[in-house]
Amino acid sequence: MTFPTSVGLGGERVSFVPREQYKDTVRALRDDGYEMCVDVCAVDYLGHPGRELPDGVAPERFEVVCNLLSLSRKERTRLRVQVPETDCRVASLFELYPGTEAMEREAFDLMGVVFEGHPDLTRILMPEDWEGHPLRKDYGVGRVPVQFKEAPGPR
Amino acid sequence: MTTGTRDISDAGRAGRDEALMGETSEGAQELKPRSLTSPDQLGRESGAVLRLPEGPVLDPTSLDVERPDDETMIINMGPQHPSTHGVLRLMLELDGEFVLRTKPVIGYLHTGMEKQAEELTYVQGATNVTRMDYLSPIINELAFSLAVEQLLGVEIPSRATWIRMLMSELNRVSSHLVWMATNGMDVGSTSMMIYGLREREMILAFYEKTAGLRMNLNYVRPGGVAADLPDGWEDDVEVICDTIEARTYEYDDLLTGQPIFHQRMEGVGTLAAEEALALGLTGPLLRSTGVPWDLRRAMPYLYYDQVDFDVIVGTYGDNFDRYAIRLNEIRESIRIVRQCVQRMPDGDYRTQDAKVTPPPRGRIDSSMEALIHHFKLFTEGFKVPVGETYCAVESPRGELGMYLVSDGDSKPFRLHVRGPSFVNLQAVPLLMRGGLMSDTITVISTVDPVMGEVDR
Repeated sequence: MTFPTSVGLGGERVSFVPREQYKDTVRALRDDGYEMCVDVCAVDYLGHPGRELPDGVAPERFEVVCNLLSLSRKERTRLRVQVPETDCRVASLFELYPGTEAMEREAFDLMGVVFEGHPDLTRILMPEDWEGHPLRKDYGVGRVPVQFKEAPGPR
Repeated sequence: MTTGTRDISDAGRAGRDEALMGETSEGAQELKPRSLTSPDQLGRESGAVLRLPEGPVLDPTSLDVERPDDETMIINMGPQHPSTHGVLRLMLELDGEFVLRTKPVIGYLHTGMEKQAEELTYVQGATNVTRMDYLSPIINELAFSLAVEQLLGVEIPSRATWIRMLMSELNRVSSHLVWMATNGMDVGSTSMMIYGLREREMILAFYEKTAGLRMNLNYVRPGGVAADLPDGWEDDVEVICDTIEARTYEYDDLLTGQPIFHQRMEGVGTLAAEEALALGLTGPLLRSTGVPWDLRRAMPYLYYDQVDFDVIVGTYGDNFDRYAIRLNEIRESIRIVRQCVQRMPDGDYRTQDAKVTPPPRGRIDSSMEALIHHFKLFTEGFKVPVGETYCAVESPRGELGMYLVSDGDSKPFRLHVRGPSFVNLQAVPLLMRGGLMSDTITVISTVDPVMGEVDR
């Protein structure tokens, strides 16, 4: 399987994997010696003026970023998966790396990406009855209104 | 629950998947009774997380699934329990004195620091990240600064790099000393608690002398460090090194050979290397299983490839190994600190790149341009080119990674922190399985989560 790749600033390989082949790619990489999944996170690119993507990769609003580490080869690799806003789902890596359980829950909780096949996809950091996903760009930062002297109402 | 202003429009809500709306039902994060748990889930919660062909697999069906609920008891430990190192809440299913299942429930200290980071400039960002892992603030700042510098492409003077190494190793010592102290308290050795915090005080005093603050220093910043080392710093560091190194041998007398301590620690909470790798554990937890993985050695950053130190590994992956690793890492860090003192070059403590470094204080009084530049830098900050990067450093708890996305503005577009405590906490159910209730205390202690970093 070959995907568009680029080289990260730390010298690591960055692959842009289609969503459908995400899990298979990670499985192949795991069998290839990437023993550890260091990090899974999601990025909301809403409002981003334009990221550099190689040819053949259509930008979508969300991106799931997975950092793998090979201890034997002392190498890192990063997978960036484009996830559309309308169908915000991606396969869970839990079967391959059980350690992604908490990371995927965090990404679901804060960014609202659904990881299919995750055994316990519940909120992890926010309260259970919280509405919305705070790290999304269209989720405003809460603020405490400050009353300035003789100011015409809240700003 | 009120949340201040929300920008989610009703139009955006309609037609969206119910799962995406994100409320999970009441009690979803909690540990449920057996009658409400599927066998698969039960197996997973009992610590049988591993489905890897090479990993030790616990067959979920071999578990005593049929056991009625009234034979076991689910209790809460925390979030206000003194030995949970903050606000960690564990739900334990107990059979008498034995722990059958454990589920960490976190989020009590969540303050949305990743969201805040998007509102703060890169100049202010270090003050934010330093509050995550409050026991190793320098190393948080370091990871953030390295990520920003990688996007900026600025070179850091060698003196600044050596200062960063010196300070982060002192920080590692102070963090491990707090661990020694709290671990001592957890196993009932209150004198160890006093000793550990007493020694740490020396390092905090040195921080205060250098940066003006004892914790949350904002000392390491993108572009270098905030201030040069104070006059006579060599003597201060020498005293710190000599005292703490000598005291580590006193800790040996106090704890290492003590029979009660051995009984609490040895063979408790064992972990295999495959399990540690599959769970993504790093730091002393991974090294205790015999995997010699230390980012300082394996993927050197700063000048760690130029200094001489040993990576401490354990054999059995139990509590005692994790204790021994941390004790010996204090000694190794002191070795590195001594080399930093010897090799500290003269030069700048921050880059002369005017884009990221404010003008010197003296010029602000005489030059209007310098004043404007200074003002702009601290109000608007500097702009960072579009890009994304992942930078990882070895924190006292494991791999601390910062995934930074920039949109060319003076604020990060997204900052994701891979907190080692957050990931390491997943080992707790596995370590606790089948153990005694009293072992939970030592297991939490040796996993060493800092809740500020877990919840962020």
